Amino acid sequence: MSLLKLEQVHVGYGGIKAVKGIDLEVNAGELVTLIGANGAGKTTTLKAIVGLLKPSEGRVMYDGNNIVGQPSHAIAAKGLVLVPEGRGVFPSLTIEENLQMGAYIRNDRDGIAADIEHKFSLFPRLKERAKQTAGTLSGGEQQMLAISRALMAKPKLLLLDEPSMGLAPIMVQKIFEVVRDVSKSGVTILLIEQNARLALQISQRGYVMDGGLITLAGESADLLSNPKVREAYLGEG
Amino acid sequence: MDTFIQQLINGLTLGCVYAVVALGYTMVYGIIQLINFAHGEVVMIGAMVAFSVITALAGSGMPPVFIVLLATLAAIPVCMAVGYTMERVAYRPLRTAPRLAPLITAIGISIILQHVALMIWSRNNLSFPQIIELKSYHLGSSETSATITNIQIAIIVASIAMMIALLMLIYKTRMGIAMRATSQNPQVAGLMGININTVISMTFMIGAALGAIAGVMVGSYYGIANYTMGFMLGLKAFSAAVLGGIGNLGGAVLGGLLIGLIEALGAGYMGDITNVCFLNGFLPGFANMCDTNPNGSLFGSNYKDVYAFIVLILVLVFRPSGLLGERVGDRA
Ligand SMILES: Nc1ncnc2c1ncn2[C@@H]1O[C@H](COP(=O)(O)OP(=O)(O)OP(=O)(O)O)[C@@H](O)[C@H]1O
Ligand SMILES: [Mg+2]
Repeated sequence: MSLLKLEQVHVGYGGIKAVKGIDLEVNAGELVTLIGANGAGKTTTLKAIVGLLKPSEGRVMYDGNNIVGQPSHAIAAKGLVLVPEGRGVFPSLTIEENLQMGAYIRNDRDGIAADIEHKFSLFPRLKERAKQTAGTLSGGEQQMLAISRALMAKPKLLLLDEPSMGLAPIMVQKIFEVVRDVSKSGVTILLIEQNARLALQISQRGYVMDGGLITLAGESADLLSNPKVREAYLGEG
Repeated sequence: MDTFIQQLINGLTLGCVYAVVALGYTMVYGIIQLINFAHGEVVMIGAMVAFSVITALAGSGMPPVFIVLLATLAAIPVCMAVGYTMERVAYRPLRTAPRLAPLITAIGISIILQHVALMIWSRNNLSFPQIIELKSYHLGSSETSATITNIQIAIIVASIAMMIALLMLIYKTRMGIAMRATSQNPQVAGLMGININTVISMTFMIGAALGAIAGVMVGSYYGIANYTMGFMLGLKAFSAAVLGGIGNLGGAVLGGLLIGLIEALGAGYMGDITNVCFLNGFLPGFANMCDTNPNGSLFGSNYKDVYAFIVLILVLVFRPSGLLGERVGDRA
């Protein structure tokens, strides 16, 4: 059953068309990746899904309902949570407060406290610095915080916009492990990545985006062996 | 020395009022980078509502403290409604407009509120009935030592209590954390499920509630209210917020206290400092003035309103970020 389904979605900035009619589907429980070069329209697509941009045409079906036109806080309240490009931690809030804000849509005080402890056990670095402001964390630590914060909402569908961007290779590995673990724990994920190889390795299905259109779609394993993908996105000739 | 202490006490009282008003400016600025010039008028409306309630109940035989409490409880919701409405009707539609638009709108709102008050409460100076008997307490043993009145004590204690309550709200509650999150990144706050319109409305209403209480305090301190009183008070509190670093809560408190002290000390001493009659023997031209008034000075206490603005100009020239603030350029 599809949890998220984009139907002929068009999105533009004023007169400029950035997404030109795409179809995309994520089924419950899946880890799906969307890869593509700079400026392909990946971030624009995610922003349109969570209500930060309004599609000029098409439908965004989430859990059976068209959510186009709903404000982003209402969409978040339905369990559709985006970790934005560049992480978007609140720099002057403490790490603990950032996590609390992640759980803003929840009301179970005890559950929230327990979940914060759980995130701390996964990322001891965050625990050590719980009372410090998030702006003092390194890039990789901020990404851990951003993902943890999104998980605090107990999302049904997690959207990740280039979580490995700008990180050292060892940190990139770590982030991909985290994403795979989160997926295994039962959270449905749509992962945007420029690191196509790793993204296709951990996902079940993938979409390739270019110039505002979906140019290829299929099983990740097939995409990994597709000559066009190998040439354009995996740096092989 | 006694005079000095006396001016410190007066300045502290005034400073507490400015600080409470400045908090309203700084909270709104912190969250939507708008200087809400109509905030002074909210304070005025608080004073006016309190005036009406106190006048109506003055002869009722209720205990005076209870009457003032009722007046405050009436002023708070009225001011909160005014604060909510101005944001909803005037500022929200302009949230993505160039900054000049909401700024000019704020001045417009301020004029509208003044004239609404003019229609309701007339253009006269309204004297508060003196229901609370003024008591002065000497701070020293001698008869000339500085005094503090019961009203001054009440203002200082109430202000400190409000500041502590506000800090608790902003730093300890979920709504407070959401307010700070929204001020740092409204888009991401929305992604967390925070309704930023609600948060912004709350900010205006909390600022307005503080303004209402400040209005009651000024009204009972000076015993007088007038539909234009919000203008000067608002500008001084705004100067205080800028001095402390606009957007910074601690800065608003510090700035308010400093402006109050500078104003009181300025009013108390500037006259002596600028007394030019000692020059009379050396320079021509002062004879007339000094014959009529040997204590004549260039700037007397009637210049007290000037100091806040001198401070404002100095801050804007030499330290635009204020004492505790971040660089304004980072926010703009
Ligand atoms: N705010 C904006 N105003 C105008 N055009 C924009 C805006 N944001 C993005 N664009 C344009 O829309 C197109 C798609 O941008 P988008 O950010 O969605 O790409 P992307 O696939 O996320 O790229 P990257 O991998 O670099 O993050 C680009 O041509 C970009 O220049
Ligand atoms: Mg992008």
